[in-house]
Amino acid sequence: MWKFIVRRMLTTFPQLILLSVIIFLMAQAMPGDALTGLVDPNVDRAAIEEQREKLGLNDPWHIKYADWVSGLLQGDLGQSFRYKMDVTDLIEQRLINTFWLAVATLLFTYIIALPLGILSGRYNDTLLDSSITGYTYIGFATPLFIFALVMLWVFGYQLQWFPTGGSVAPGLEAGSMDYILSKVNHLLLPALSMALIQTVSTVQYLRSEIVDTKQKEFVVTARAKGASETRVYNRHIFRNSLLPIAAYFSYEITLLITGTIFVERIFSYPGMGQLFLDSIVQRDFSVVTAVVLLFGLAAILGALVSDIILSIIDPRIRIK
Amino acid sequence: MVILEVNNLKVYFPIKAGIFNRTVNHIKAVDDVSFSIEQGKTYGLVGESGSGKTTTGRAVMGLENITAGTIIFDGKDITKKQSKTKDVRRNIQMIFQDPYSSLNPRKRVKDIIAEPLRNFENLSKQEEKKRVQELLELVGLSPESILKYPHEFSGGQRQRIGIARAIALKPKLIIADEPVSALDVSVQAQVLNFMRDIQKELGLTYIFISHDLGIVKHMCDDIAIMYKGRYVEQGTKEEIFNYPQHIYTKRLVSAIPDTEPGNREKRFKFRQDIQKEFEESYDDYFDSDGLAYSLKPVSDTHLVALPEKG
Amino acid sequence: MTQKLLEIKNLKTSFRIGDEYYAAVDDVSLTLNKNEVLGIVGESGSGKSALAFSIMGLHTRAKMEGNILFNGKDIVNISPAQLNQLRGDEMAMIFQDPLTALNPLMEIGAQISETLILHRPEMSQKERKDRVIELLTMVGIPRPEYVYEQFPHELSGGMRQRVIIAIAIANRPELLIADEPTTALDVTNQAQILDLIRKLKNDMGSGVILITHDLGVVAEMADRVAVMYAGQIVEIADVFTLFENPKHPYTRSLLTSVPAEGQDKLLVIQGIVPSLQHLPREGCRFAERIPWLDSSAHEEDPVLHEIEPGHFVRCTCYKHFHFQDEAKEAQVHGDTRSK
Repeated sequence: MWKFIVRRMLTTFPQLILLSVIIFLMAQAMPGDALTGLVDPNVDRAAIEEQREKLGLNDPWHIKYADWVSGLLQGDLGQSFRYKMDVTDLIEQRLINTFWLAVATLLFTYIIALPLGILSGRYNDTLLDSSITGYTYIGFATPLFIFALVMLWVFGYQLQWFPTGGSVAPGLEAGSMDYILSKVNHLLLPALSMALIQTVSTVQYLRSEIVDTKQKEFVVTARAKGASETRVYNRHIFRNSLLPIAAYFSYEITLLITGTIFVERIFSYPGMGQLFLDSIVQRDFSVVTAVVLLFGLAAILGALVSDIILSIIDPRIRIK
Repeated sequence: MVILEVNNLKVYFPIKAGIFNRTVNHIKAVDDVSFSIEQGKTYGLVGESGSGKTTTGRAVMGLENITAGTIIFDGKDITKKQSKTKDVRRNIQMIFQDPYSSLNPRKRVKDIIAEPLRNFENLSKQEEKKRVQELLELVGLSPESILKYPHEFSGGQRQRIGIARAIALKPKLIIADEPVSALDVSVQAQVLNFMRDIQKELGLTYIFISHDLGIVKHMCDDIAIMYKGRYVEQGTKEEIFNYPQHIYTKRLVSAIPDTEPGNREKRFKFRQDIQKEFEESYDDYFDSDGLAYSLKPVSDTHLVALPEKG
Repeated sequence: MTQKLLEIKNLKTSFRIGDEYYAAVDDVSLTLNKNEVLGIVGESGSGKSALAFSIMGLHTRAKMEGNILFNGKDIVNISPAQLNQLRGDEMAMIFQDPLTALNPLMEIGAQISETLILHRPEMSQKERKDRVIELLTMVGIPRPEYVYEQFPHELSGGMRQRVIIAIAIANRPELLIADEPTTALDVTNQAQILDLIRKLKNDMGSGVILITHDLGVVAEMADRVAVMYAGQIVEIADVFTLFENPKHPYTRSLLTSVPAEGQDKLLVIQGIVPSLQHLPREGCRFAERIPWLDSSAHEEDPVLHEIEPGHFVRCTCYKHFHFQDEAKEAQVHGDTRSK
């Protein structure tokens, strides 16, 4: 298994390099550079040119790329034009916020998907199954941003069960119990909104996989041993049905990224998604680049994690 | 007349391993196999799964990368896969094991059978239809069924569609890879009878690949036994079944179930004796890698893999 | 010595297709004694596997009528809990395809242990492991300690089939059902597996139902043979009688369609095995495969006749049956009817 994991990790390097090249080229293609907007338009052009030379802005691309990558490795993501601060500092808190939002969403996604998928698959073609698949069809058909708005209106404004914006109530001391509870409270509604919509594909996958697996011959073998139906499902069908769910995990991560962009906007939740939209609107390109880079990184890591999970569940992958 | 001559055929598959997926070794799927077939005969290739019998057939068919050796068909060297052998290739066709998966389910019978015709012959629509109908009639299916899809036929009928496709170009050699092992007994009889009929009618030569010795005995003139990529024994049907020389052949022959219930104790005893002999004399018949030795003639037609004497 | 172990009375197992039930096993009655091997022969679609699954109660969505009496219990009307107590303990099954019958994600040891955990909960972990190693040795698996921790895909087909047999015999079942146990195996493996089943049967004194399409396997293994066609038993007799003096047209046809010494042309049975929905439900089910026989040869409602002690034949057509002229046979073997 270790051999597989090491090999799988090695393959992420070329992916990372490719990602960085693409993002670097993207950044290069964007109009302006570090000096644009910083200098007074009345300054002499020659002086600007001299400045550019000094800053290395006229270097050939591969030197600029090397500089950029070595900066990245030291945690230097450049300067935000808008906020006049290091992108790293700008992103830090938002990254943490988005991270917890994503974790909560994933948690809800699987808390909803596992029981629904299992029930629906085990009792397929019953009323219960029809209601669950009915829900998944509604989930497929409903756009996330409309659903999130409805949730916000119902639970935030009408019922007032949840806060309607921000990531924590103001005036609380960081690290205190109240602070943490407030953070969680702010997370719940956006995470739940996202999870309720995103979980439907996992429910569907799990359902069809269970329907498939329960016709396999080894399930008959288990029954012939005298295993009860509950045991047959828990020991034999469930684990074998998890394989595609694990494979789907990496896609789940990319869904999550697009999800946060909408949801953070709607709930005014200060995270990466909101930052991303803001900086596009404000043409804060160094921030856009940094956010895209992190999103790309998340997707690559998601794929890595999903393959490692697969190798743990499935011995056939391990040995290869 | 010798129609096919295979000399020292080797087909090796690389084994990749390690973090960088380097080739560390080779699987010798076919290891130094030579044989020749007379026109109009049926040549049986027998072995258990993994013995290399299917790979041998596929190599002759041009479906494998050949590591070494030559294949001479009808006087022409066809060893190289993509050389100017297209015309020769049309004279070798294959029948596959599984009549359920070897026919494209989305194609009509007409298109399935016409496929080789379209590849090799320029026929008008009318001529093509006529040929396909003739072929269907030849394999005993109604000419009206050209517009049907494979799932509308039974297993035996499907296998006959596969045969119709194989004989569409009037080939000289047909490689039949386990053609009846997916079929029921009575359907099996149908297909085997039919293969013998068209053999006589069209003067076909068969390479008949099978693990079922009962059927091989029924169908073949000459038989080769393969084990781990090598020939263990080769001879006429009588030599192989009545005077097997190699312990592996003896073991295979002893494993055939006898449809005479009265013989069961005798067979059981016989199998046990052979198994004992197999275990005791294993080193006399196989080298230190567990492979068969090279073939030594014991008669004009009978070759056995035995170690050098002395 | 002839102690009744299993008695099936008028079993009918039906499957639902669309809005109707179709019987895959129809009016099957038979008995199995202790220490006896009953061979059940038939082609695909004959209902032989459906019969085996009925005895094990493994059909999840079938309608079963009649009785399957085993150790004083009727499998047809048994509670799931009681059935689970029997399965894997007093009765067990060996499956056809060793490649798919094992859970790909579970170690071999765990798969065999499971049946011990279910029926011998009092065993300690160590006792269980010892027993599994012992079973692996019994079925002829080399290096059992090593195989214990392996996964199915690491074993060859023959080895996997041995594991499946080890699972089946773990609790020394009184009834062992083997459903095409060697079909997926190579010849030498087939012989070894059959010898193994025979040896285990003798050791445990179990009754064995051996389901196969291979007449050679039956001839070597069975004490009695039942031939099934289209869901019914058409002939049943002891193995010597069946092979030497077969009566039913189907049995006779089947025996002539396998290659034998000095036979140039194999017999082909006209037509095809009808599918479940198209089974003739009235009259002799084999009649349409032997159309050259006059319809008066068949019984109106064919039943099994005991023509000599222990030898039963369905329908009266056996008295009038003759093979169709061989030359003619060759001509019509290319049947042009579609199904």
